[in-house]
Amino acid sequence: MNKTTVKHSFLASLPVMAGYIVLGIGFGILLHDKGYSFWWAILMSVSIYAGSMQYVGVDLLSSGASLLSAALMTLMVNARHLFYGISMVEKYRNMGLAKPYLIYSLTDETYSLVCDADLPEGVNRKWYYTLVSLLDQSYWVLGSFLGGLLGSALSFSSEGIDFAMTALFVVIFVEQWEKTKQHLPAILGLGISIVCLLIFGVSNFLIPSMLGITAGLFLLRGVLEKEETVHD
Amino acid sequence: MIDWKYSLLLIAVMAGVTQMLRFLPFALFAKGTPKAVLYLGKVLPAAIMAMLVVYCLKNTSFTGPTHGIPEVVSVLLVVLLHKWKHNTLLSIIGGTVCYMLFVQVLM
Repeated sequence: MNKTTVKHSFLASLPVMAGYIVLGIGFGILLHDKGYSFWWAILMSVSIYAGSMQYVGVDLLSSGASLLSAALMTLMVNARHLFYGISMVEKYRNMGLAKPYLIYSLTDETYSLVCDADLPEGVNRKWYYTLVSLLDQSYWVLGSFLGGLLGSALSFSSEGIDFAMTALFVVIFVEQWEKTKQHLPAILGLGISIVCLLIFGVSNFLIPSMLGITAGLFLLRGVLEKEETVHD
Repeated sequence: MIDWKYSLLLIAVMAGVTQMLRFLPFALFAKGTPKAVLYLGKVLPAAIMAMLVVYCLKNTSFTGPTHGIPEVVSVLLVVLLHKWKHNTLLSIIGGTVCYMLFVQVLM
């Protein structure tokens, strides 16, 4: 590990620092509002370490969801991690002792920093992956701790702060939209989810949506893969 | 009162499933990835993110007292802010403050 690597990793992680501390504080406050002290926030941020799932988790905990429905919900909300993993299989192949931690800490934001990082001369790739992953998680844990700690001290009403999660997903959606000319998957996802919401209702629509989306994407495989080669 | 045992179990389930999803690809495709999975890896993230946006907005009521105005305006603000500055933090804070103003002050 050299100075260039440390400096580059820290600078790369700055946008995530800002986002994670704010979102972490939001999470800590929400959890605190439901009667869970900051220790619970830290426990969840260390063990689960998946931002959107932890927000959903506050809901599950406070509504007394069953273990089975929590497992299914986690499966649905975090299924995308499978695909982050799939695209990092090659890059993380020779990471030695750091590998288990790199996999464990592969969140949306960390993935965005490691998936196709162009590293300048003198930056050690293995240490870059490791430092960025560690820094990101420490921002997230710090934010959740602060939120859980300050939850009661904050004098302003936090009603509506959970919109931060919606905003985060909208931002990622916009970024994914801009990265590609192929908008069919995004439109399909939106359409099928709305239709399933209308048919199956608020508490049961995620699983049919996910199945419908997967089926729809396979039906469109011919079209989508053909267009892919045209754009390339 | 918090039910300690229940809460710890629920957190363990969420952590276990999350980490299983993270580790599974590395265990399954240590030797190579099938084409169908590579294809899903490319197209699924955008569709899932759309689904998560719908999930977050699932309780929006267009016939209720606010007619869904806080949600629609705040989401549009996030999109516009992000198109304009491409600053994730600004977009999230802008949209959230807007939504909080709506639900606490305006409506």
